[in-house]
Amino acid sequence: MTRKTTTGVRSVTDALGIERAAQDRATEGLARVLGWISLGLGVTALAAGSRIAQACGVGDSRTARAVLRAAGVRELGHAAALLIPRRAALNTWTRVAGDAMDLAATGLAMRNRRGKRRRRLAYPMAALAGITAVDLYVSVRATQRRRVRDGGRAYGSVTVNRTPEEAYNFWHDFENLPRFMYHLESVRRTDPQRTRWTAKAPAGRSVQWEAEIIEDRPNQLIRWRSVDGAKVPNSGTVRFMPAAGSRGTEVRVELEYSVPGRPLGRLAARAFGEHPQQQICDDLRRFKQVIETGEITRSDGTPDGTSLKSQARQRPARPLARIA
Amino acid sequence: MRANCWIAPHRVAVEDVPDPQILNPRDAVVRVTSSAICGSDLHLLEGFIPPMKRGDVLGHEFMGEVVELGPGARDGLRVGDRVVVGFPIACGDCVSCQSGLYSVCENSNPNAGMAEVAMGHSPAGIFGYSHLMGGYAGGQAQYVRVPYADVGALKIEDDLPDEQVLFLSDVLPTGYMAAEQCDIKPGDTVAVWGSGPVGLFATVSAYLLGAGRVIVIDRYPYRLRMARDKAGAETINYEETDVLDTLREMTAGRGPDACIDAVGMEGHHPSAALHAYDRAKQAAKAETDRPHALREAILSCRNGGTVMAIGAYGGFIDKFPMGSFMNRSLTMRSGQAHVQRYMRPLLERIRRGEIDPSFIITHTMRLEDTPQGYDIFKNKQEDCVKVVLKP
Ligand SMILES: NC(=O)c1ccc[n+]([C@@H]2O[C@H](COP(=O)([O-])OP(=O)(O)OC[C@H]3O[C@@H](n4cnc5c(N)ncnc54)[C@H](O)[C@@H]3O)[C@@H](O)[C@H]2O)c1
Ligand SMILES: [Zn+2]
Ligand SMILES: [Zn+2]
Repeated sequence: MTRKTTTGVRSVTDALGIERAAQDRATEGLARVLGWISLGLGVTALAAGSRIAQACGVGDSRTARAVLRAAGVRELGHAAALLIPRRAALNTWTRVAGDAMDLAATGLAMRNRRGKRRRRLAYPMAALAGITAVDLYVSVRATQRRRVRDGGRAYGSVTVNRTPEEAYNFWHDFENLPRFMYHLESVRRTDPQRTRWTAKAPAGRSVQWEAEIIEDRPNQLIRWRSVDGAKVPNSGTVRFMPAAGSRGTEVRVELEYSVPGRPLGRLAARAFGEHPQQQICDDLRRFKQVIETGEITRSDGTPDGTSLKSQARQRPARPLARIA
Repeated sequence: MRANCWIAPHRVAVEDVPDPQILNPRDAVVRVTSSAICGSDLHLLEGFIPPMKRGDVLGHEFMGEVVELGPGARDGLRVGDRVVVGFPIACGDCVSCQSGLYSVCENSNPNAGMAEVAMGHSPAGIFGYSHLMGGYAGGQAQYVRVPYADVGALKIEDDLPDEQVLFLSDVLPTGYMAAEQCDIKPGDTVAVWGSGPVGLFATVSAYLLGAGRVIVIDRYPYRLRMARDKAGAETINYEETDVLDTLREMTAGRGPDACIDAVGMEGHHPSAALHAYDRAKQAAKAETDRPHALREAILSCRNGGTVMAIGAYGGFIDKFPMGSFMNRSLTMRSGQAHVQRYMRPLLERIRRGEIDPSFIITHTMRLEDTPQGYDIFKNKQEDCVKVVLKP
């Protein structure tokens, strides 16, 4: 399901109800997958050129080998471009160009062949067309994404197997938040309406601010904002709605913060994460784990629990050395 | 401890790794007494399920003794209990778990984001089954950590030997679910592609659920013999006869009422050219899976019948006969087995003597010899059907 949220960010909901904006890392993830595919194709074409040529039906002529080698080198180029982080999405366009080239070359080869050899070429052609479609899709999404880029806002939602009351109560106790919001060090209640937040900032520093509840509708909604004088003025809303057919509760969160012009303020804003949109998705996944199961899901590959960062830097799936 | 680790495509090795520890309150650590090698491990071995890392501990079929419990253990599991553990990791608290869909537990895959990129939504975590399924260390080891142990570990109180209950961890429930999802009516004809452990248990289960005839398709005479002698099936060797024609003939033109693909992504094709072509494409990553059996199952099934894809697939397939599927009102079912849903009732059946799953065991080896076990099982040497490992 795709729709505009109240913050104007296009979003998609998955089966878990975890909703993410169009500025999603899915495209970037897919770009990276394509990178690996390129690497695979490139290495295979270089290493096993003649065998592939035969299997694909282009025969083992010198030209075929040379073309394959060139294609291999090209794929390695894509791989490098795609696997270099961050700008990955833009670079998929180089793949689209390359794919068009492949299609043209295969098409040419097809015209010069007949019968069984021609039929065998039809398959790689179809496969290539498929790859092109994926490349094109990623490129288009990534380029669009640049246009909707939206600095200090994040939106996410999740469905939890709890009543609105339980979800509301858990959240209303703001001291619970650091259990699933990894960028927070602590939240302390200072009076019934006020809380003191401490967040981790880069270089081992931390940022603090005071927040107050400005709207509170039991079992439905909580709205809060930082009080005057916060380094990074911010606000948030969480809504709770029963999901149809006893599927639990839909929890929707919106966060907003302004990034001040001063360098110090900018540094402090990093406490909200380099990718606030990503962060809120991770936060909500962990919120679901904690409120449903009482624990954060940990594996040997991802011992610190769900987060896109640790997902990218997996440990091997073998036990950690025992902490003495 | 010692554990069987994935090293590189086509290579596993038994290595020294740290002992597992409790990471979460509901964890248990189990000392493994028996584990097994599964057809799914072969897909990992070949590197067809991509996010594997050097050193990943493999194995998702295991049983043993609880030696340590986390502080939040629920439901009366005790240190010293003898348990069989289901391969999907499931929390028991989400809506999916509570509706019996354990293999799509909403909480157990910490790498759900990665799986969503590849599959749209994330399935559950699985022991020793790639980082896409969570990056959990597996059970081809001396010890293993079991998350949400109260949901995953079934206590075995009888003195049934390991050999009789070990397969409750995967292949018995998997084969059973394959048959159950076919909605078998008394007298139905069921065709099963693949005479491995999954296909064999699907056959046994189909009969238990009322099938009149089960026809098993494979190319290894020794496996087909086992299907006939131990599971009561009729058999087709696809290298000797055309499967579609034979099935049509055997059912007087109707086609089987249900078709079970117990082969999965590494299907083999009797035509050398076609097989080589699919392999090349798979090697070049232009197609990830080789769905020969699935294509054949769809084309063979009677109008309005059910196709059950229990064999594992990882990514994308080509030449899916959608026209046949759609125009003939077929139904397709699928899924990693919801093992926890079937463990107890199947244990009951084993206890009552209705099933003795140990008939599939052809090899028992030491954990140290696991790499050799993979070789024998992969190449179907020494009439291998199932390898059990003893740490
Ligand atoms: N869905 C699940 O929960 C689940 C659980 C366990 C295993 N599996 C999957 O089930 C499949 C079978 O597992 P297994 O342990 O029995 O493996 P296995 O390797 O022992 O058996 C596979 C059999 O399929 C046969 N085969 C290959 N191509 C064929 C074809 N075109 N037609 C007919 N038969 C063909 C092989 O000869 C072999 O005997 C694997 O894909 C495995 O990953 C799925
Ligand atoms: Zn298995
Ligand atoms: Zn669950």
